[in-house]
Amino acid sequence: MSVKSLRVGPGLLGDPARPLRFTFDGRRYTGIAGDTLAAALLANGVRLTGRSFKYHRPRGIHGAVAAEPCALVDVSGPLGREPNVPATALPLYEGLTAHSQNRWPALRFDVGRVNDALARFLPAGFYYKTFMAPAWAWERLYEPLIRRAAGLGRLQAANHAHGTPGETVHDHADVLVVGAGAAGLAAAAALGATGLKVLLAEQDDVAGGGTLLQPGWAAWRRGMLRQLEDLPTLTLLTRTAVVGAYGQGVYAVLQDLRPAGSAGAGPRERLWIIRARRVVLATGAAERLIAFPCNDRPGCMLAGAAHSYLRRHGVRVGTRIVLFTNNDEAYGSALALSEAGAQCQVIDPRPQSVAGARAQARGIEVRNATQVIDTAGGARLRQVRVHTGTRRAILAADTLLVSGGYTPNTGLAAQLGAAPQWRDDIAGFACDLPEHIGRCAGASRGLSGLAAAAADGERAAGELLVSLGVSPAARPPLAAPPADPPATPLQPLWEVPDRGGGRKSFVDLQNDVTAADIRLACREGYEHIEHAKRYTTLGMATDQGHSGGLVGAAILAQARGVPLAQVGVSRPRPYSRPVPFAALAGAEVGAHFKPRRRVALHDWHQRAGATFVNTGLWLRPLVYGPGGWDPVLEEARRVRRAVGLTDVSTLGKIDVQGPDAARFLDFIYANTLSTLPVGRCRYGLMLREDGMLFDDGTVARLGEGRFLLTTTTANAAAVLEHMEFHLQAACHGMRLVLSDVADQWAQFALAGPLARQVLAAVAGDMDVSNSALPFMAAAATRLAGVAGRLFRISFSGELAYEIAVPAHEAVPVWEALLQAGQPHGIRPYGLDALNTLRIEKGHVTTAELNGNTHPADLGLGRLVKKNGDFIGRALLQRPGLQDDRRLQLVGLRPVAADARLRNGSQLVRAGAPADSEGFITSSTPSTELPGWVGLGLLQAGHARRAERLLAVSPIHGESTPVEVVSPHFIDPENQRVRA
Amino acid sequence: MLRIPCPWCGPRDESEFRYRGDASVVRPAAQAATADFIDYVYQRDNPRGWHCEWWLHTGGCRQLLRVERHTLTDEIRTVTAARDLTP
Repeated sequence: MSVKSLRVGPGLLGDPARPLRFTFDGRRYTGIAGDTLAAALLANGVRLTGRSFKYHRPRGIHGAVAAEPCALVDVSGPLGREPNVPATALPLYEGLTAHSQNRWPALRFDVGRVNDALARFLPAGFYYKTFMAPAWAWERLYEPLIRRAAGLGRLQAANHAHGTPGETVHDHADVLVVGAGAAGLAAAAALGATGLKVLLAEQDDVAGGGTLLQPGWAAWRRGMLRQLEDLPTLTLLTRTAVVGAYGQGVYAVLQDLRPAGSAGAGPRERLWIIRARRVVLATGAAERLIAFPCNDRPGCMLAGAAHSYLRRHGVRVGTRIVLFTNNDEAYGSALALSEAGAQCQVIDPRPQSVAGARAQARGIEVRNATQVIDTAGGARLRQVRVHTGTRRAILAADTLLVSGGYTPNTGLAAQLGAAPQWRDDIAGFACDLPEHIGRCAGASRGLSGLAAAAADGERAAGELLVSLGVSPAARPPLAAPPADPPATPLQPLWEVPDRGGGRKSFVDLQNDVTAADIRLACREGYEHIEHAKRYTTLGMATDQGHSGGLVGAAILAQARGVPLAQVGVSRPRPYSRPVPFAALAGAEVGAHFKPRRRVALHDWHQRAGATFVNTGLWLRPLVYGPGGWDPVLEEARRVRRAVGLTDVSTLGKIDVQGPDAARFLDFIYANTLSTLPVGRCRYGLMLREDGMLFDDGTVARLGEGRFLLTTTTANAAAVLEHMEFHLQAACHGMRLVLSDVADQWAQFALAGPLARQVLAAVAGDMDVSNSALPFMAAAATRLAGVAGRLFRISFSGELAYEIAVPAHEAVPVWEALLQAGQPHGIRPYGLDALNTLRIEKGHVTTAELNGNTHPADLGLGRLVKKNGDFIGRALLQRPGLQDDRRLQLVGLRPVAADARLRNGSQLVRAGAPADSEGFITSSTPSTELPGWVGLGLLQAGHARRAERLLAVSPIHGESTPVEVVSPHFIDPENQRVRA
Repeated sequence: MLRIPCPWCGPRDESEFRYRGDASVVRPAAQAATADFIDYVYQRDNPRGWHCEWWLHTGGCRQLLRVERHTLTDEIRTVTAARDLTP
């Protein structure tokens, strides 16, 4: 068979003046611009394009759309390697290099082919049944074996070369029209003419759908596209698939940006998030296969696909062609191929048909009441065996076209909640949408014929205009399209039984699911379509059962002895086709993965050489310098012995104002705040309603009805949300408002025995003495000329002041403090030093407020009020939470002064190393004590002072003897903070 | 993704809101039995059909909304500000 004989013309899309060279499995071929890889391979007579998933059977090109079950290839290019690309939707470009998949060592000789011979040992559910015992064998033997054999294509690890992220675009439309076939074009034109904003999305490279296969429709299509071009509010996007429908008018739409005819640089995909008031689903129908023995041989193809290759690409897929169809529409492919010089015969199970008579009049042999029962020919089809009544015949053929009817593409409608309704006339399920969502139109609604579809598109537009309250607009007239020819109804045919026995009839070509597998699933109790799907993997491949899903359901219905209408089809979910992760990620990759928050002093910290750490979204100085324990301890010791300054601006800050503010805070916090005098601060504990600690912070009373509270950095947003929720849901009638002022205020902690001298130097004539500004005082102040607030609170355990100033004035105040502190040896300190200081003081943070601890666990039980309701009060009293064997906060020190502690180490008794009694939550080398100190949660820990345990970390191979001590390592009498 | 018609901000994406759970449960009075609080915190119906839910418009007006949503179709029937509900 020469190459010339298969390319009979350029087709609608081809440009013979632009030849393109490409290689497939290392062999060189030539196609033309406008080809898909599949079209170019067919034009070159390439039939075998891969091996099947499970049985490694030879497979060829089966369809002509992206939902291709067989011809998936691995494409290598300058940007890397990409597996599982459907050759049917890959535009050819110069130098394209593709390889077949799932074969080893070579496509023509494949070792895995032995699976086909062993097939009776590889039924559905094979893995579940076979790899059962012994237990050890799973990890060591079965799993590695299965992993080696499983999967279609080979994934390449992170392809950094892509470099160009996908794009995400948000847009609104009055109407989203999905599919630009006869129905979609008609609907879009009628809607767009009114000035409504219309987005018309077509997954194909060109608009037209089924009209592209009918020369008689060319004038109508061209006229329609010209009309659309003139509509200023209409956008037509080709190579754009609607992949998800989410309700409330939200749709995920994937646009392929790779220019046809090139390997493509720049973004590959654009993900549109469309919000539309209405949708028209003109998604057409998918031709389905018929299950008969050996229906997967290269050369077996859907009838519409062959028609498409001929009309679009001028490629005649074969020379001796048999068409096996149960419907009139598929005859069009035989007529067209016969005109193009192929020798065609038709096998039709129906006794007669209008289309059959038409074909016979054109000299095509039609065998009625006949079925295809088998094929032969190894990796290339040579014979089709047919059966008429009691007679059998063998037909020589290089191509077998199959059409089992057309299944409306209802996936998006079903995602929107539409229930598929069985339709006898088309032997398929179709959907209708509620008016407030939109309308299905054309073949996707179960109509047959292009003229019927176009008329339905117009009607759909009219109905939507009514529901949107918009008047229809006049449009220029179009060339009348041809009427649909009269047709004989199809005769449902799902499967031709295997009369010989032992041969496979496939319903899912990509996942190698056979009719026998479906029956086996039914026998074994997987009767529900969703169970049968998962047991057999029917419809779970990249093509989502496009051509065989309904066939599988029909075979299940037969096996169950119930009508197909009762079995239904499995429920489709987004995405309706494979979507690359890169497209979903869009630009939110790498440094843009999440927002980055910088404190007002960020640039200052950077200039000072800080090493930054991510805490939530914030970047905070961890230590000034390159890190390591020495500089951290140096910073912390400076605070213990002289004075230091740290940036605590990331704390959440909520301003609470109103006559009922105090009452509200009494409800939100576990301790009492209404008794707090104006000008004072109090440590506050917030519980969840289940009694566990949620957050802690300080509350300052700025006025009778005004409080300012701080939250931990991590919970800043959650605390505000928690307070808003309870204020609005459970505190009706309370008069107060919450304001998030976290970003408005920068806050610094000035800490150390010399802190007061530094403060006095910048505080002007303010009296900062211990009597005027005692521990837990709060006051307005002016520091270095800037109005701010002063809180005498301490996280470090030293004499300390927290200074709040407007964020935009942070730098001058910070610098003034450092300047004033210079004579006292002041240094800024980072998060690590802050952590060292608080661990030594026994102050808790997120590591201890881990969601499983309540106040008494952490030794804070005395703060919980006895009277009045508050969040968490009721459930905190549950007996289980009073159990004194609970994990409780303890201090820990290694017995050997040179041993280190490690966060996460488990606390065990020497005799019982596998029985964890607790764990270390925080640890640090001490600034004052020799060696390390740590905090931990230990069963009944409060009563185990001086006990010796082991801190074990098996993954580090460590076992460290530790002693249980008080969690307050320094100044347990709390003298320093009051100095 | 849901689109929630906020009485103040108009129809907005679900991602602007925080879901705050079942709006049909009411916090028991202070003197209620512990069992009532256990029900309040832990017991939830999972209805197939209409469901009242709290949505807090954290990315917008910060108002708490009671949204009546159909769990099967995601249809939203009513949206009421918590402050406008009679306790």
